Amino acid sequence: MLADLVNIVYQWPDRIWIEAGLICFLLGFGYSIHSLVTGKHLTSRLTFGLICLGFLFETIFLFARGHQIGRCPITNFSELLVFMSWSMVLIYLVIGSTYRLSLIGAFTAPVAVVMLILAHVVPAGEPAHSQLAVNPWLEVHTSFSIVACGAFALACVAGAMYLFQERQLKTRHPGSIFFRLPPISALTVANSRLLWLGFTLFTIGNATGFLTGMDIDWKKVSWAILVWCLYGGILVARVRHAMAGKWIAALSIVAFSLLLGTFWGIRFIAEKPSL
Amino acid sequence: MNILCFSISHQTANVEVRERFAVADSALLASLAKLSEMRDVSEGVVLSTCNRTEFYIVTENAQLAMEPFVRDFYGVMPVSDLAPLVRFSSSHTVRHLFRVAAGLESMVLGETEIFGQVKRAYEAAMRSGATGKILNKLFQRAFQVGKQVRSTTGITRGSVSVGSVAVDLAQQIFGDLQGCKIMILGAGETSEKTARCFHGCGAKQLFVSNRSFERAAALAASMGGRAIRFDEWESEFHDLDILVSSTAAPHAVVTAAKLEPILRMRRDRPLFLIDLAIPRDVEPEVHNLEGAYVYDLDALQLIAQRALEERHKEAEASANLIEKHVREFQSWLRGSGLSPIPSAVMEFPRL
Repeated sequence: MLADLVNIVYQWPDRIWIEAGLICFLLGFGYSIHSLVTGKHLTSRLTFGLICLGFLFETIFLFARGHQIGRCPITNFSELLVFMSWSMVLIYLVIGSTYRLSLIGAFTAPVAVVMLILAHVVPAGEPAHSQLAVNPWLEVHTSFSIVACGAFALACVAGAMYLFQERQLKTRHPGSIFFRLPPISALTVANSRLLWLGFTLFTIGNATGFLTGMDIDWKKVSWAILVWCLYGGILVARVRHAMAGKWIAALSIVAFSLLLGTFWGIRFIAEKPSL
Repeated sequence: MNILCFSISHQTANVEVRERFAVADSALLASLAKLSEMRDVSEGVVLSTCNRTEFYIVTENAQLAMEPFVRDFYGVMPVSDLAPLVRFSSSHTVRHLFRVAAGLESMVLGETEIFGQVKRAYEAAMRSGATGKILNKLFQRAFQVGKQVRSTTGITRGSVSVGSVAVDLAQQIFGDLQGCKIMILGAGETSEKTARCFHGCGAKQLFVSNRSFERAAALAASMGGRAIRFDEWESEFHDLDILVSSTAAPHAVVTAAKLEPILRMRRDRPLFLIDLAIPRDVEPEVHNLEGAYVYDLDALQLIAQRALEERHKEAEASANLIEKHVREFQSWLRGSGLSPIPSAVMEFPRL
């Protein structure tokens, strides 16, 4: 049965699954925005279903690619982006349904869309050379670091929603969208938990990086430590209540933008293929 | 067969007149029995709420007039009381019922309570055997229309009263209100209404403080809350989530200077202050403090007003939807061979 499924999956080029996932996330995002803007009743199950379907297609892509190369499929920039998007959506599916945060999906979908568009337009890159030995520590290090990025991405999404809600409350002119987004207290809790989750995973990712047995690239290590310190600082500020909620939310966005936008950040992960 | 409706409502009569036509719940079954026994009436439903009393009847007498019907039902009534009655017939009855069930004829446009009231009126009539093929079909369709209007248009969107806007905002700040500590400062009419809105939405920890302790105790007792003496309310303030304030104090009782250290101690917990007093109880500068959200009467009324305007915009879309259902019902009626005899369709109140 599984073999039949694998054969069906192999009949098509694996990038078709990225396209299918992209369409699902686009539809989910489009529907949510249409509902929010027009004020029409939002069938959150539809958005949730589309995001689940997009997640399934990403999983198929990663499964097919991983099966093909015989290792965790994080061997080039395109795979990295798909894996990061997959991690973010996975955390959304777990966290988003726990709280009254289903609408985070409406904000998660566009981030996933951007990642998949990038994954689709960048050169596919050659799959890794499967004849080389797999380094399990390197795979643990890379995958934990990327899943951490997914948690940080969602913390950024929750932070953006918090700032939007806070602004609406302070201006005393809340629009219809305000009443359809999660409560500000729930966003504070979600942002905090996502930061903790991301920080824990990132710490494990960094620690296992030293166990790979590979030569240490101090530029990349410095970058990783900088990101770790930044998120650690945000969490210390949160725990000590040294900053107002809106500054924590703003810093979640700044930190993730830095994470994504920093060249070294991408290279740190992308240039350590599991070869 | 003809479908008629005799109606008196808030649109045509004041409460003094309306109450003379009201049918109490306890008298409903007897009224339905009386309706069934009336000459010319083959099916009937009595809908009686605080804003309207309506009789939906099926009759073979297309000319059945209001006055003899009302006198048969209520006995002798002053002619002046009959003036606000409206008689609908044919498709106008169908349209009217659909509009009533959808909340388009309600005092607060789009309110949903009427849907349940129509449903209860119909179920009582059905159980007592007062309905038949036509009214069964008509009311079933009305429920379908009411649900569709609510789910596909924005007629129920937003809150249109100060109290419910305050509750909506609180829910957008805290989520579930069950764990929120709410203090009602000043037990006036507006704050009492707002407090009852919070209580109705699941708030459990209510504290009431008022210059007259007896008044505070009575209000607190009616909502399962706790009364606090007026000179002690500040000692409870550090632990509050929501303050509903409407004292008669001539100056602000909650100032930024007083609140700043309290907010610092609250850390991430926001504080929602609803200021219903004139002059205001909460200093405007408090709104600029981190984590404090102050909404005065004007701010709440503006939100309610905007929601009401939105509902009025949606009323047109709802009316179009209803027209479609009226046409479908009329074609069912024609197809079933029970088509009404065309007649003067509506008589307006002679005010």
